[in-house]
Parts: sequence; C-alpha cells; structure tokens
Amino acid sequence: MDSRAGEAKAAKTGAGQAAAVVAQSHATALATRPVGVTTLLVVLAAAAMLPFFVSGFRLFQFTQVLIYAIALLGLNMLTGYNGQFSLGHGAFYGIGAYTTAIMIDRWDIGYGWTILCAGMVCLVVGFLFGRPALRLEGLYLALATFSLALAVPQIFKYFEHWTGGSQGIVLSKPKAPFGLRLTEDQWLYYLTLAATIVLFVLAWNLLRGRVGRAIVAIRDNHIAAEAMGVNNALYKSVVFGVSAAYTGVAGALSALAIAFVAPDTFDVFLSITLLTGIVIGGFGTVSGAIYGALFIQFVPTWAQDISKAAPWAIFGALLILFMYVMPRGIAGFLHLVWIRLTASAVSREQGR
Amino acid sequence: MGLWTRYIALLLVGGLAALAGAGAAAAQTVVGVTATEIKIGNTNPYSGPASAYGTIGKALGAYIKKVNDEGGINGRKINYITYDDGYSPPKTVEMVRRLVEQDQVAFVFQTLGTPTNTAIHKYMNQQKVPHLFVATGATKWNDPKNFPWTMGWQPNYQAEGQIYAKYVLKNVPDAKVGILYQNDDYGKDYVKGFKDGLGDAAKKMIVSEQSYETTDPTIDSQILNLKSSGANVFFNVTIPKFAVQAIKKAHDIGWKPLHLLNSVSSSVGVVLKPAGLEAAKGLLTTYYIQDPTDPQWKNGQPYKDWLAFMKKYYPEGNIDDAFNVYGYSVAQTLVHVLKQCGNDLSRENIMRKAASIKDLTVPMLLPGIKINTSPTDFAPIEQEQLAKFDGERWVLFGEIYGASKK
Repeated sequence: MDSRAGEAKAAKTGAGQAAAVVAQSHATALATRPVGVTTLLVVLAAAAMLPFFVSGFRLFQFTQVLIYAIALLGLNMLTGYNGQFSLGHGAFYGIGAYTTAIMIDRWDIGYGWTILCAGMVCLVVGFLFGRPALRLEGLYLALATFSLALAVPQIFKYFEHWTGGSQGIVLSKPKAPFGLRLTEDQWLYYLTLAATIVLFVLAWNLLRGRVGRAIVAIRDNHIAAEAMGVNNALYKSVVFGVSAAYTGVAGALSALAIAFVAPDTFDVFLSITLLTGIVIGGFGTVSGAIYGALFIQFVPTWAQDISKAAPWAIFGALLILFMYVMPRGIAGFLHLVWIRLTASAVSREQGR
Repeated sequence: MGLWTRYIALLLVGGLAALAGAGAAAAQTVVGVTATEIKIGNTNPYSGPASAYGTIGKALGAYIKKVNDEGGINGRKINYITYDDGYSPPKTVEMVRRLVEQDQVAFVFQTLGTPTNTAIHKYMNQQKVPHLFVATGATKWNDPKNFPWTMGWQPNYQAEGQIYAKYVLKNVPDAKVGILYQNDDYGKDYVKGFKDGLGDAAKKMIVSEQSYETTDPTIDSQILNLKSSGANVFFNVTIPKFAVQAIKKAHDIGWKPLHLLNSVSSSVGVVLKPAGLEAAKGLLTTYYIQDPTDPQWKNGQPYKDWLAFMKKYYPEGNIDDAFNVYGYSVAQTLVHVLKQCGNDLSRENIMRKAASIKDLTVPMLLPGIKINTSPTDFAPIEQEQLAKFDGERWVLFGEIYGASKK
C-alpha cells in the first residue's frame, strides 16, 4: 500500500520526482522501524501484564478478544488476502469448539492436544470444502459457505450421541499447570495470548513473503497469477484450509473459555459477526484482526448501555459511521495517521 | 540485539513480580445490598431468534418498578439490572459474569433458557451466588445436593409427566399407552416423569414407545406404529412442529386415542390451528397459570389487578401474551422471598428463604395451586390442572393434580 500511494504521488508530480519520492519513503521506513518495534513491544508487555491489573470479568472479555482476533485473522487470510468470500466461518469455529469439547468430554484428552486437533480437523475440513468451492466465484462461493453455516448447527444436533444434542456439552475450565499461582481466568488468558502470538507471527511470515504475494495476486487478477506460474487451485484450497484451521483453533479456545458448547451458538449470526469484524478492522491486514476483535467484542455491549430499547439500531449506526470515517477499516486508518505523522517527522529531521 | 534482550528481561521480571502478587481475593461482605438498595441481575433474549421471550424480562422490570413506587421492600428499593444475551450461551456467560463481578449484584434471577442457564450453572454454584427461579422447564434445576445455589420455578417436565400419569391411573383403568417423544433430555424427562407417576403399572400399561430426532422430516411411521400397537392413550411429547404433524396424522388415519399433549405445544395459534381445529378436538394438556385470553378469568380480581398493572407499568406489553402473566407471577414470588429475608440479605439467607416457601399463593396461578419448596425440594410449582380442547379453546376441568414430592 505504501508503494501504491507512492506511485500515485509520483504520477502526479511527474516522473522526474518519482525517484526522490521513493527514496523518501525508504527513508521513512528506516527511520520509523525502531518506533514500530517499540510500539509492538509496549503493546505485548501491556498484554502480558494485563491479568494483574484488571478483574476476572474484564480478563475474560480480553480473552474473548484474543479468540476473536485469531478467528478474524483466519477469515481475513481467506477473504481479505485471497479474495474468497466466506459467510460460513462460524461453522469452522463451531467444528473447532466441538472437536475440543468432544475430545475432553468423551476421551478425557488433555486440552492442549485438543486445541491442536481442532486446528487439524478444521484444516482438513476447510481444505476439502475448498476443493469443490474452487468452481465457485464471489457471490456463489459466499452462498455455498452460507449453506455451511446453516447446516452445521443442525449436524451438531443430529449426532446427539457425541455432541449432547441441543443440550450441548458442559466442560470444566482448565486449571493452571506446574503449580502456577494463577486463577483459571488468568491461565486461560495466557494460554490464549500465547496461541495468538504464535499464530500471528506465523501468519505474518506467511503473508509477507512469496506465498503471500501469490495469495494476493490470485485475488487481484487470477488469470495473471496463473500466467506467472501460481497454482491457483492449490493455493486457493490451501488458504481455505489454513483459514479454517485458524478459526477452528479460535473455536477450541472459546470452548475452554466458556466451558460449554451448544449448537445454536454457532449460527449464521456468528459468521456475519466475523465478517463484520474483518471489514471494520481492516480488510487484508494482519493487525486489523485485533481491531476488529475489539470492535465485535465491545461495541455491541456499549450499544446496549447507550440504549436498552434499540441496541442493534445503535450498533448499525456505528457500523455505518465507521465505514464512512474509515473506509479501509481501523487498520487502514491508523496506517494513514502513522504515515502522516512519521512523514512530517522525517522531513523535519531532514531540514526540508 | 541489545535492545531486544533488555526488553525481554524487563518483561520477564515484570511478569514474575506480578505472578508473586497474584491470587489475593477480596473478603466477602453482603454483596449488592446497602441500607437503601438491593441490586439484582437478570439476562433475557431481547434480540435474536428467541426474542419473543424478552417480554418476560420487561414484565419483571415493570413489576419491580411498581414495588419500588410503593416503597420497596423493608425500605430498600430493588435495582434491577437486565442484559440482552440474544439466547447465546457465550453471551450469557459474559453478561452474568458482568452482573456478578462488575455490577456486584446480590443474586441473579430468572435468567432465561435451557442452554443459556446450563452455561452458567457451574459458575453460579462455584461463586455461591443465588441463581433463582430460572426460566426453563428442565428438571436439572431441581438438584439441591449438587447445585445448592440454583432453583427453578415453573413445573418441570418430569412433574408434568407425573400429572398425566395420575390422570390416566384414575380415569382410564384399562389404559394401553403409546408414547411418542423427542430423543433428548427434554423428551426423556417427560417420559421418566410419566413412568414414575404410573409406578408399578408402567410395565403393563405402556405398550409402545416411539422416539424421533428433531432432524427427522416426518413422524408418520411412528404414529402408524403407535396405532397398530393397539394403544388407546397417546402421550404426545413433541415440540410444536412435530405436534402439528402428530395431531394431523392421527386424525387422518382415524386413530382416536385419549390424546395427552405436552404443554410445550399447547399453543392454539402455533399448533392447534395448523393441525386443524377439528383434529385437535378432545386433546388434553396441563395448565398452571391463568391464560389472559380465557374469558373465565376476566371478572376475577387477580386478572383485574394484573390488567391494571399492565396498563400502568407496562402499557406497551401485549395483554394477550401469557408470558406477561408469567413474568408478573415470578416477580411476586421473588418479592415474597425478599420480604421473608427481612434485614438479612446475605446470599445464604436469600437461598434459605427461597428454599422454605410454604403454601404461597400467587394470584395469577390457577386457583388452588400453591408454591412449596424445602431444602431438598427446589421445584417451586409442582401442581397443574388438566384442560380439554373444545375445538376453540382450552377448557380447564377436574381437580388440581400434584406431582409427588420426593
């Protein structure tokens, strides 16, 4: 996005100045890197210390934010980066949650393993769903995934022997291991935070390199990508699988955090909420997942505090306002602010 | 790299220091109660697929406003905090934790829904916060031994099953019973109650048991099986969609048993009209609360009081909606418990008083029904009256039946 903005500027100012602009944006990037790293570390430190400054209830809310962030990152890979629309990620969230719940409830397997298994199960299901979905583009794919969101809660009810039917499965919250003096809420938060960091680093690595470029190229122009030697079919189904795996891990963590799963939790509304999250957070950005998660966790509750009578009307108005003020999501907006600030700082330093 | 290591070291040190200080818990006093106020919490589905139930939460709020306008209870006003959970268990967990940990309510009351209450069942009992009069008919809320902080209110499915059994024992001596039930906790609860009610006669009387899954497209074959079993009593434990099918099918194949329809599906508009009023004639179900559309109550004082309340405190509420009678009656039960508590509004005492209600009459329940609880009985209402469908409306008849106390 940096370079695109640079190009636009270059076209305006004339080819002669293009080189100067590019050089300046390089200088900006170099000058701001320590600032960026510092910000990231401060945020991480704050996240690590959070459990000792907030109540159990708030911590539970932030655990949910992290869980949503993982799910949103998964969906954003698929929809934001790869251009495949999904209205059915709530289904993968549910499959992840049930994988964990059934493994713990039926086989008494350690919850750490069940999170991994939830990711693997969703990877396979997502990949298999992604194969036939390759033939579907845009709106048709959205409809196909929508049908998944509709079907999965009923499927959970059907296999009552395993899933407990509409009564769901009650779990116990995991206790802190190794004799750590942490409450259940604190331990769950750290577990989720660790998973979030690992998954974000992996996603960031995946998306910024050759693979990431191929994924984005398919979104922008799949014919050109094919001509460049990108195996569209393989990439699309793998991205579908990885995206589902991320969302599945989020579902697994949510099953532990809520300590209960029931089929109707994973309805179409959840899928739409996730889609709302990536659009508000920032389409096709990694950090957008965090902002989107904060939004879908806290804004509905705020809306309820503002008006008991019509909270969803307030929520809707807020959505429109966000879209109007920040058309590229919160991440895009912050990026813009960041560029403005650092650009002026750099030009001051250079004495221009 | 130097910068990195320093950051990481700082993080570690900070983390360890914080770990050492963790685990301190605040001492508990009487939470949610001051000299002038008692704070109580509730969740209801004001949005989402189950939002028709949301009127219960509003009726509760309206009744509490009436109590406050009339001076409150023992000089304390009730501060009623209710949140929308959209009938989604994770949201219920979040909202109830907010009520307990952030708003610091004295107790949680009338949270609505079976999955939603299941999600907070353990939490409430671990926190030792009263979880009173939950709005669901499942039988598991009556388990004082394992869950001493949770209590139901309305007759549960097992109690209702027992009541049909008592009627059958008394009135159909040569009964051959066929049962159709939904294959889950709800269906099995009814069947268990019914068998408990029949006692030793159960083995002899029940000639066929058929079940269905909610995902089944039809239940025609089950109805045919029941008819061919020679049953002359049909105990129909189905949710509305399947109740419509069952009533229709039985009528179409000319099977005319004594048809007992669980109260889950007794709605005239949702079930009986679609099934055909002619086919529904003669069905039996149970009632425990006065139906606000039933003309026989309109001249009674309880109905007049309720109507006056609705007009003054909840004018936007629908006066044909039985949920508004329900909310009004639960709120009255709560007020009784709080009055009994006097000045000791500790959580232990609230639970103690809730578990020692003796023959309480709530005006809009059917005449003769009394609320009773004890330390071993957390099922407040266990009496119901039967009603017969006359082709137009349910007509109450006969005595009040009670489920046997355990």
